Amino acid sequence: MGQTLVQNVNPNPNSIAPSTLAQELIAPSTPTQKLIAPATPAQELIAPATPAQELIAHATLAQKLIARACGRSQVAPGEIVTCRVDLAMFHDSSGPRRLQPMLAELGAPIWDKDKVVLVIDHYVPEVDDESRRIVRIARDWAAEQRLPHVYDSQGICHVVVPQHGHLRPGMFCVGGDSHSPTGGAFGAYMFGIGATEMLGVVVSGEIWLEVPQTIFMQWSGRLVDGVSAKDMMLAMLGRHGMDGGEYQAVEFCGEGVTALSMQERMTLANMSAELGAMVGLVAPDQTTRAWLAAHGAPEVEIEPWHSDAGAPGARHAFDASTLAPQVALPHSPANVCGVDQLPATRIDIAYIGACTGAKLDDLRAAARVLAGRRIAAGVQLLVAPASLRDAADAQREGIMAQLIAAGATLLPSSCGACAGYGSSIAEGSNVISSTARNFKGRMGAATAMVYLGSPYTVAASALRGAISDAREILAEPTRRAAQKGQA
Amino acid sequence: MRAWRLPADVDTDQLAPGATMKHGIEVSARHCLEALRPEFARDVRRGDVIVAGARFGIGSSREQAASVLVHLGLAAVIAPSYSGLYFRNAFNVGLLLLKCPQAALIDDGEAITFDARAGVVKRADGSTLACHPIPGFLLDMVEAGGLLPQLKSRLANRQEKP
Repeated sequence: MGQTLVQNVNPNPNSIAPSTLAQELIAPSTPTQKLIAPATPAQELIAPATPAQELIAHATLAQKLIARACGRSQVAPGEIVTCRVDLAMFHDSSGPRRLQPMLAELGAPIWDKDKVVLVIDHYVPEVDDESRRIVRIARDWAAEQRLPHVYDSQGICHVVVPQHGHLRPGMFCVGGDSHSPTGGAFGAYMFGIGATEMLGVVVSGEIWLEVPQTIFMQWSGRLVDGVSAKDMMLAMLGRHGMDGGEYQAVEFCGEGVTALSMQERMTLANMSAELGAMVGLVAPDQTTRAWLAAHGAPEVEIEPWHSDAGAPGARHAFDASTLAPQVALPHSPANVCGVDQLPATRIDIAYIGACTGAKLDDLRAAARVLAGRRIAAGVQLLVAPASLRDAADAQREGIMAQLIAAGATLLPSSCGACAGYGSSIAEGSNVISSTARNFKGRMGAATAMVYLGSPYTVAASALRGAISDAREILAEPTRRAAQKGQA
Repeated sequence: MRAWRLPADVDTDQLAPGATMKHGIEVSARHCLEALRPEFARDVRRGDVIVAGARFGIGSSREQAASVLVHLGLAAVIAPSYSGLYFRNAFNVGLLLLKCPQAALIDDGEAITFDARAGVVKRADGSTLACHPIPGFLLDMVEAGGLLPQLKSRLANRQEKP
């Protein structure tokens, strides 16, 4: 059944016999090939008093997280190691409908149900028989397996999972979705995998990885009003491209990052996927601790989870204080220019949605632009809050009322048009979207021209009917007040 | 093996379009790459190879973007680089990927052969192109047909032991 690699294949005879079941199932058969040579006894005798501590004192956050997960004091980039998984998250598309038949074929149980989280977010609300069938499989399987952590139609997994306290600094997690690096915002090592690899995790609790290098994205200064984390990410994509992350660990740091709210950090970590990184990390701090405490996570330890001064890695410098709103042109998130560089671009649809761009802070940004105003004639403004909790919080703050008064159409809190799974956008339309990807046809219409921007930019563009700079609109009331003062 | 040339940045939505995802692998395979080469799914033959530009497989975690190529009988994809997530998925579902910096030299429709363990692609004119080495355990996985058959035999072996 398998592939033939060459005409004459020598089956690999030297399979080592690892100790645990999990290792036996998952560990690469030649794990030591790329391992660094362990310290010799002589080195240990001659080395300074605390060699381990000294080495660890130059470790990156990614190395520390992986070392903990594979039960070692330290790991080096390029090593292939097997890690124990603290949390495995999957959704109705990547999860039960794929896992259930494969688990049945194997006759194997889930390794630890308490470490599994299922979120039903892709095919809800069900629009046809096929989506009904897929969601039914997920619900039935969750009930049959008595899964303790299931979030059905509560919103998008990358937002719902941390909002229920499942992600904490120091954890090692996998998700059955490419935007799983979102968890890196909390100082957790979290990356996306496919359904078959998830099967391996679900039966063994373990997964292999090659220890990555770290690429530091250092942001000095603070963003000005009307510019957001989405603009920071588009700027990084514009400079480094969709393979800038090289499937290594990216760490976002500097004042421009530490000044961001938790949800803005999630936006950065989320789009590490577009940057081609395995993970996108932000070292946890008091902002992380306070947010987690407010979302039901147990008291967390943040002190160990940071890169040490002098930790190895490439460093790229950016200035948040001078950053203008950024827009990605069709059909790539890396096809980026400043909003002020863009020729006049008329839009038909403004979409505020997805894990990337419809969290509470994103809705707040949109409402700051739209409150007391009305969208342009002929423009459709669609708002799909990332989770029910974010929608409820926005409701309480009066934001939803402001958005609706401005002319927004409210959509369900699910993946929706972002992935072209549910409702899709019209052919031939010009779209400005707060989502993460604008690949040709992704939103369900091959002839649509999809531009990506921040929620500020999407809201400003809805007001003017063309892609616009929110900073101009945010400055208006002040100008009016100043004129009034002069009159 | 006949080469199908594709550009850089082939994404998972082109390989397995989102709208087909609810219908299963047969339907996704029928629409595989239709935006780039409408004749591909119809004309591709078992044992053909895809020769693509850099960053093959960017985008979603959906492994159907690799499974469709197994389903259509592709022997391998040859490209200078891949999305990291696609790279893992491919081997897990039994699709061989070769990292070949000079893949762009290969012509569309050219008859080529390769030796994955040696990391060599042989062109129609007899010249060879070197590939980056792939870890042995991943080649073993592809040979076994992916992770699922591997898990199956490992679990069976384990049950046989006392």
